[in-house]
Amino acid sequence: MSKQKSYCSCNSTDVPGFLKAIGCLLRRDLTVALRRSTDVLTPLVFFIIVVSLFPLGLGPEPSVLRTIAPGVIWVAALLATMLSLNRLFANDHADGTLEQMVLSPHPLTILVLTKVAAHWMLTGLPLVLISPLLAVQMNLPESAMGTLIFSLLLGTPVLSLLGAVGAALTLGLRGGGVLVSLLVLPLYTPVLIFGAGAVAGVTAGIDIEAHFSLLAAFLALALSLAPWAAAAALRVSLD
Amino acid sequence: MQYMHKYASPKFFYTLAGKLTPWIAALTALLLVAGLYLGLFVAPADYQQGESYRIMFIHVPAAWMSMFIYVCMAGAGAIALVWNVKLFEMFAGNCAPVGASFTFLALVTGSLWGKPMWGAWWAWDARLTSELILFFLYIGYMALEASIDDPRRAARASAILALVGVVNIPVIHFSVEWWNTLHQPASVSKIGTPSIHPSMLAPLLLMSLGFTFYFFTVALMRMRNEILERERHTTWVAQLLESKS
Amino acid sequence: MLEAVDLECVRGDRPLFSHLSFRLKPGELMHVTGVNGSGKTTLLRTLCGLTHAATGSVLWNGSTIQELGDDYCSQLAYVGHSNGIQGELTAEENLRAAACLGTAADITRIPETLERLGLAPYRHFPSKVLSQGQKRRLGLARLAILRKPLWILDEPLSALDVNSVALMTEILLEHLAQDGMIVMTSHQEIGVETKIILQLQLD
Repeated sequence: MSKQKSYCSCNSTDVPGFLKAIGCLLRRDLTVALRRSTDVLTPLVFFIIVVSLFPLGLGPEPSVLRTIAPGVIWVAALLATMLSLNRLFANDHADGTLEQMVLSPHPLTILVLTKVAAHWMLTGLPLVLISPLLAVQMNLPESAMGTLIFSLLLGTPVLSLLGAVGAALTLGLRGGGVLVSLLVLPLYTPVLIFGAGAVAGVTAGIDIEAHFSLLAAFLALALSLAPWAAAAALRVSLD
Repeated sequence: MQYMHKYASPKFFYTLAGKLTPWIAALTALLLVAGLYLGLFVAPADYQQGESYRIMFIHVPAAWMSMFIYVCMAGAGAIALVWNVKLFEMFAGNCAPVGASFTFLALVTGSLWGKPMWGAWWAWDARLTSELILFFLYIGYMALEASIDDPRRAARASAILALVGVVNIPVIHFSVEWWNTLHQPASVSKIGTPSIHPSMLAPLLLMSLGFTFYFFTVALMRMRNEILERERHTTWVAQLLESKS
Repeated sequence: MLEAVDLECVRGDRPLFSHLSFRLKPGELMHVTGVNGSGKTTLLRTLCGLTHAATGSVLWNGSTIQELGDDYCSQLAYVGHSNGIQGELTAEENLRAAACLGTAADITRIPETLERLGLAPYRHFPSKVLSQGQKRRLGLARLAILRKPLWILDEPLSALDVNSVALMTEILLEHLAQDGMIVMTSHQEIGVETKIILQLQLD
């Protein structure tokens, strides 16, 4: 039995190891995504194309565009996030890395949160950064620009977090992409209402402090509950 | 736990449900007939809305049921997830089509109720919009369950989805209420429930109870079918089928 | 010590096997055999805790794996049908990631492990350019890095050529000599003497 000593009986709650695992997973996911850059760029281009479709469909009348701009940009952000969800777990599931992650001694909830963070950095964050360009296209007044960016900054992580639950539930299923949309889009409505509402509100001159408080509250709720639900869903999907 | 084990056994439930169903179905019919009679013939016409308000006796209970059933679905799913009881898995799955039907009924009756008032078949009233989103949640649940071949995985995944949904429903309600107050065009008036006269309360409650027992009847019948299908490998089912043929 | 007590697994509503019990002590290898579809992979995944058994339990040193949770995972290394490697990452990056996700991993051993498995020339190439056999070896390389007592391997020798099979057998023997435990499936003969053979038969 003394031979057992060759295997370290390290505690799985070994703190340095745990933080190192998160950093390593983050770095790994970002590296893989950047090497598959088309996966990252396609939702972004989709975002731009969808927003450009509205003037084409409705006519370029500036006042019309200004009115619909908050809603259009936000809906396009929702749809672009939906499109990108398949790269969250599906690729890892196909090559077996997801199973290895589930079998890791580190808490799955935290590992999932790390994956969602990596996903958001390359999906949500680019959307936030490119939104001013689209705001200009849609004739949104400059005073609303800051609000647009800030609302997307608070809202897109919630989209990624809720999307992660949907992606985890539909792992490996046929018709996966559209099915995730069906599951997750109804859940996105509160974020849409307050996100687009904030931008529309600031243009109309009403006080939007409540909007941001609520968006922040949604973010806090999603951060605490969604990774746990997604981890449970992953275990169910791998069963 | 042993006590629960006996009552949670599919075979026991099958026989029990078989005995209870006719009684509950009879009760359902009684309640619905009484409710409809009181609502359509006995309750007085509304001061503002005239006779058209009577559709409320179907719309309001249907909306209540759509919410109640979703909560039941989520609760049963939670029990199935935590304690691994197959019976609750089946119950949760069978709730969904009934709940979706009630939601659809609420939407249709809401639209019919609104037509005389709005002049249009649809307006983005807060309650109707919430019902619409609830309808999408039900459809999503059923789509997920249908997409997964393994019944156990389907039940567990749907349970997680229902729990996420049930947490979100108050948030969605609140958001839609807020959204509606902001965007309400002046010409559209909200479907106000007329001030409740006592003679209106009775049919409302009777209809609600009737719908609830209808739900139980249908759920019991569907569960019996599903038990037969899922337990088809066992001896008691084989014996049952033999004795029937 | 790994123990299974009265294990029963189902797929869909169809039972695969039932009343399965065994004990695996340090230094022992269990070779799970059976025809295709008899539930070998399901058994291995149940032993890992990925799949839930319908009845019965899996015990590690006396406690059920449900009770142990993550502590059991820290004692276990699993290599399934898929290699668990990402094509975009190089061989070295893949092993580093595997080491980080585990505990008690020894990163300093990565170069020598790659050397031993004949992957050293490819250490800086993305793994997608490797051949099937090379990918399999890379997938198995994590076993040397993670140093866990229990190895659960699903068809580890598939896609390997004769030399690689000999190398893997050597690695398996070394692990057993250090009081490790192995549960594996394989259609091929395993050249290891001390082994238990578990034959799964469909109910």
